[in-house]
Amino acid sequence: MTTVTAPDAPPGATAAIRKARGGGFWRYLLVRFLLIFPTIFILVSLVFFLMRLTGDPITASLGDRLSPDQLAERIHAAGYDRPLIVQYLEYLANIFTGNFGSSITDGRPVTEILLTYGSATLELAIYALIVAFIVGIPLGMVAAYFRDRWGDAALRIFAILCYATPVFFAGLVLKLVFAVWLKALPVAGRASTRTELKLQQLDDPTGIYLIDAIRTGSSSAITDVLTHAVLPALALGLLTAGVFLRLVRTNVIGTLSRDYVDAARSRGVREYRLVRRHALKPALVPIITVIGLQIAMLLGGAVLTETTFEWKGLGFQLAEYLSKRDFVAVQGIVALLAVIVALTNFIVDLIAAILDPRVRY
Amino acid sequence: MSTETQTPAPEKAARVRPPWWNRLPVLQQLRQSVGLQRGMLIVGLVITSVFVLVAIFAPLVAPYGYNQLRGPDGLFGAQQPPSPEHLLGTTVGGYDVLSRVIWGAQTALLVILVAIVLSVFIGIALGLLSGYIGGWFDRITIVIADAIYAFPSLLLAIVAAIVISGGQSSLWGGILAAAISITVVFIPQYLRVVRAEVVRVKSEAFVESARVIGASNRRIMFRHVLRNSTRTLPLVITLNSSEAILTLAGLGFLGFGIEPSAAAEWGYDLNKSLSDVTSGIWWTSIFPGLAIVLVVLGITLVGESLNDLADPRLRARRKPAKTPAQAVAAEKPVAREEMGDVV
Repeated sequence: MTTVTAPDAPPGATAAIRKARGGGFWRYLLVRFLLIFPTIFILVSLVFFLMRLTGDPITASLGDRLSPDQLAERIHAAGYDRPLIVQYLEYLANIFTGNFGSSITDGRPVTEILLTYGSATLELAIYALIVAFIVGIPLGMVAAYFRDRWGDAALRIFAILCYATPVFFAGLVLKLVFAVWLKALPVAGRASTRTELKLQQLDDPTGIYLIDAIRTGSSSAITDVLTHAVLPALALGLLTAGVFLRLVRTNVIGTLSRDYVDAARSRGVREYRLVRRHALKPALVPIITVIGLQIAMLLGGAVLTETTFEWKGLGFQLAEYLSKRDFVAVQGIVALLAVIVALTNFIVDLIAAILDPRVRY
Repeated sequence: MSTETQTPAPEKAARVRPPWWNRLPVLQQLRQSVGLQRGMLIVGLVITSVFVLVAIFAPLVAPYGYNQLRGPDGLFGAQQPPSPEHLLGTTVGGYDVLSRVIWGAQTALLVILVAIVLSVFIGIALGLLSGYIGGWFDRITIVIADAIYAFPSLLLAIVAAIVISGGQSSLWGGILAAAISITVVFIPQYLRVVRAEVVRVKSEAFVESARVIGASNRRIMFRHVLRNSTRTLPLVITLNSSEAILTLAGLGFLGFGIEPSAAAEWGYDLNKSLSDVTSGIWWTSIFPGLAIVLVVLGITLVGESLNDLADPRLRARRKPAKTPAQAVAAEKPVAREEMGDVV
């Protein structure tokens, strides 16, 4: 969706494209870059107006705790009694300077919330992507190799199951089996209290616990952090693994019928080598593009995974603010995530364009 | 099972029209499928029908009401393990798990139906206009649709749910809130699919001829273009139904569900069972979770099979058809890439 491929280009066109490579590439880059702004603008405006339809955020979060006079005073102080269009323009200007507002319930700036908890979500997302790659890509190749046989069917059902299981249910089951019944892994959290204290003593912590733990040099801290990450990473990673599996399978099957693969087959190259050496690489390019869409899905999944495992990241915070009906914080976090999604989509498009010249217009 | 049914080509279907029951979206594919693919399709259809039946007949099937707390012998009691009276135990709030799982099917079905009907109508209308009118209107709609599509759908649904209900609500309020939240996320997909088809069909000769004989724009749009632009819809609808259930469950899990006194909702029950799991109480979470997995699995199996059957690269090869017949089968893929989906 984010990229436009041109499979219908006539065969002679590739030479022309290669010739015009410099101009085409930069032009493509510029168009993609400029598209970030309307995307962010649309999403931020959409969120702003939708949220404002509910009425002012102060009544929503504090309405049952303050008297009407106090409410009116707070609403006036925060400027929510001004015309909507004024508030909107001010909001846009603020976002432009990187100010996403402050939460109502605890008064923390949203940007600070992001800096504190963003690293936790990033860490979880990276682990999940690693799980997805390790599980999804080899299994996708196996499924393509056993195409239309029982191995293929079993793997495809596994892929659909990955998709069909909500992350929080996968999380609950993993927790029940490995943490509660087998007692092999911790139930929740990012690290034990002792390790967390140790990590806080570091000056200038990165917030990515694994890096911090390695910096403390204590092997018990590293194991502690890693064991806490296993279940959340699996729960979130399997969701994406299913997508990768299907994608690799479809694309490898597609490339296996190409002429050059036929040529290799006629030279006597074994089937598994064909899959591994000839068909896999072209099949990986679409994955790069899909990762872009997966980032959005990962962020959505992270909200649920973090809530299940009390993993104190952005998603966990978002759920907390949601339950407190603190809609300024929700709006801020959501708008911020929109910016992140738009930026990652641009980067993914860029990488895809470098890897595959056909992607460019 | 003759070779005739193997041709999905509209040209041929127009010449020898098979009886209407063979042209129904799902049945046609069922006849077309072979081997494992047919197995997957049948399993999917069976699970989906059981789900629909359970949802419709929930009042007859469920042993208790979804909000029933006491039986003839007094209160059910909270977190009771499975027993003859409560086959799947009771929840933390003292409800019967089996009954809530069964009633949950009804809620899920209602949400799917409302969400799909809304998004199909709005999406088709926008896609038709966007593709047919073209120009600036088209470009702006597409940029907006793409922006919404790129956004994490759950977050968007959360925002929509806040707007509609401000959180929890009654049965119909909750169902509408969930359905509309899901609709907001789905409209861009229908818009994309229909628009792509409209743009393709618009340049076909029969549209040109209709214009030449002086048909009005409205007639061309609805009679000639729209009628020929809906072939991918059954596929998108099945895929979206399963997504709708997941989104509903996600909303429920984050506390935007429907109050337990108003209806049963699987995601809400899972949220309430979060703390049970830590103390080893498994029956309150496993069963509603399994219900979600099974229903999504069933619907996705149907959707996947439809997708594969429409895509000649993925269609299981019929044994005798290793000859030129394959070329026939290779006509017009309705691959998911065409609807802008990369999965």
